[in-house]
Amino acid sequence: MSEDDVVAQLESGMTIGIGGWGSRRKPMSLVRAILRSDLTDLTIVSYGGPDVGLLAKSGKVKKLAYGFVSLDSIALEPHFRVARQAGGIEVLELDEGAFQLGLLAASHRVPFYPTRAGMGSDMLANNPELKMVKSPYDDGEELVAIPALKLDAALIHMNRADAAGNGQFLGPDLYFDDLFVMAADKAFMSCEKVIPTEDFLKEGPVHSIKIPRIFINGVVEAPRGAHFTECPPDYPRDEAFQKEYAATAKDPEAWEAFKTRYLDAPNHEAYLKEVDARD
Amino acid sequence: MTDSSSTQPATIDEIAVVALAEAFRGDGEILCNPIGTVPMCAGRLARATFEPDMVYTDGVAMLAHGNLPVGDADAERIPEAYMPYRSLFDVVWSGRRHVVMGASQMDMYGNQNFAAIGDDYSKPKVQLLGMRGAPGNLINNKTSYWLPNHSTRVFVPSVDVVSGPGYDRMREVGEVGSRFHNIVRVVTPLAAMDFETPDNRMRLRSLHPGVTVDEVVENTGFDLVIPDDVPESRLPTDEELQILRNELDPKGLRKAEFASK
Repeated sequence: MSEDDVVAQLESGMTIGIGGWGSRRKPMSLVRAILRSDLTDLTIVSYGGPDVGLLAKSGKVKKLAYGFVSLDSIALEPHFRVARQAGGIEVLELDEGAFQLGLLAASHRVPFYPTRAGMGSDMLANNPELKMVKSPYDDGEELVAIPALKLDAALIHMNRADAAGNGQFLGPDLYFDDLFVMAADKAFMSCEKVIPTEDFLKEGPVHSIKIPRIFINGVVEAPRGAHFTECPPDYPRDEAFQKEYAATAKDPEAWEAFKTRYLDAPNHEAYLKEVDARD
Repeated sequence: MTDSSSTQPATIDEIAVVALAEAFRGDGEILCNPIGTVPMCAGRLARATFEPDMVYTDGVAMLAHGNLPVGDADAERIPEAYMPYRSLFDVVWSGRRHVVMGASQMDMYGNQNFAAIGDDYSKPKVQLLGMRGAPGNLINNKTSYWLPNHSTRVFVPSVDVVSGPGYDRMREVGEVGSRFHNIVRVVTPLAAMDFETPDNRMRLRSLHPGVTVDEVVENTGFDLVIPDDVPESRLPTDEELQILRNELDPKGLRKAEFASK
């Protein structure tokens, strides 16, 4: 399927989880397809990077759930900052480990997982929706009940996939992409390359085939689909492009030019053409 | 220190690295997880010298064997173990870790803020990183801080957002809050601080050579506990200088955070 086919299955008001981590292996071609669409009022759940920055900047976001939002080599995501400082976006800001527990709870279809993370910090005071739970055992300990982060849809990007929806990561870290797809009613996976199932082991060891098709509803072949975030070993982060993106947060004219040239490109192929036509 | 003709005297960045390395003394076989160039130099130096049983991450997804230089993505890595973020979180919850983080604000009880400036959660004056792992780190494992800007903007009477809870907040939580909470050290380009006081208020532990108590007091926005005799931060040994300069940070990346000093 195409990016636009995926977006056709999403609706305004949905809660959408986005895999990857910071500026690493983000399903950017799918994110741009959302930017081009008329989807709105989304709740975005993400270990945030430019996916969050772009969606917030483009007015697509009603609520954000995140542990952090960062571009890695640029510590603070500038568009996310501007959006937060303007107000108007609801947030659920969690400890990044507690955030994982929320995804795990949704994956396991339980209402919460308990943790000590958050106690003593402003994570609890800032988010009155977070409740405490008392251990039913002899210790009787009070713990934070991290609510299930249930997703209507999840979007992830893998290095390889087969047409049936099995996915393979070849970089150093899966991050939490398997939890995102399990936590979602519908999950869509873009990938660098669709390969025959029997070729997975030519690409990497069995441990790298971490996404089973039972959790995937559609596959999009998108070479360089994570650009400008990194997708090792296929390609590193495009730091020059990321800098250009970051600079547009302080310059409305530069943002308009960036949007027109790259984000308004009608599809991923056209986007890549613009990227490659840079000096 | 200068008796070896091949050894230039220690500079402030090296003294700060050693002061922070000292935070790991006695840690034994745990994950040393400093974040940032100066902290990584410190942790790797401690591991290369007086805490050989510690393990450390390559900053990507493995525990690295041997003396891996900082900030060199192409350096040869010898994995000891695989450590993606999921395993790292598991180690955090298990408590077998000592992390070094930064802070945009810190108060006298060690409450740390790198989430946001301004106290309106719905509309922060300045959005920073978010909570990251600070709440879970502080309640589960040892924490130290490297704060490259020792100023009254950083050391404040009260932080706007508590991402990493300090001693007063953890006391309010109760026994569970204090069970594993341990802020070992706060190191800056001026001094090293700790919380080894009856009420766990921040104490001036040592002054880096050439720095006066007054200078620290002027640049700290709350009352530090100041002992009658404040020792000087120890100087790096020849061995430490050799390892730091030649193996761990041959490009001198640690110096960047001292450029304005």
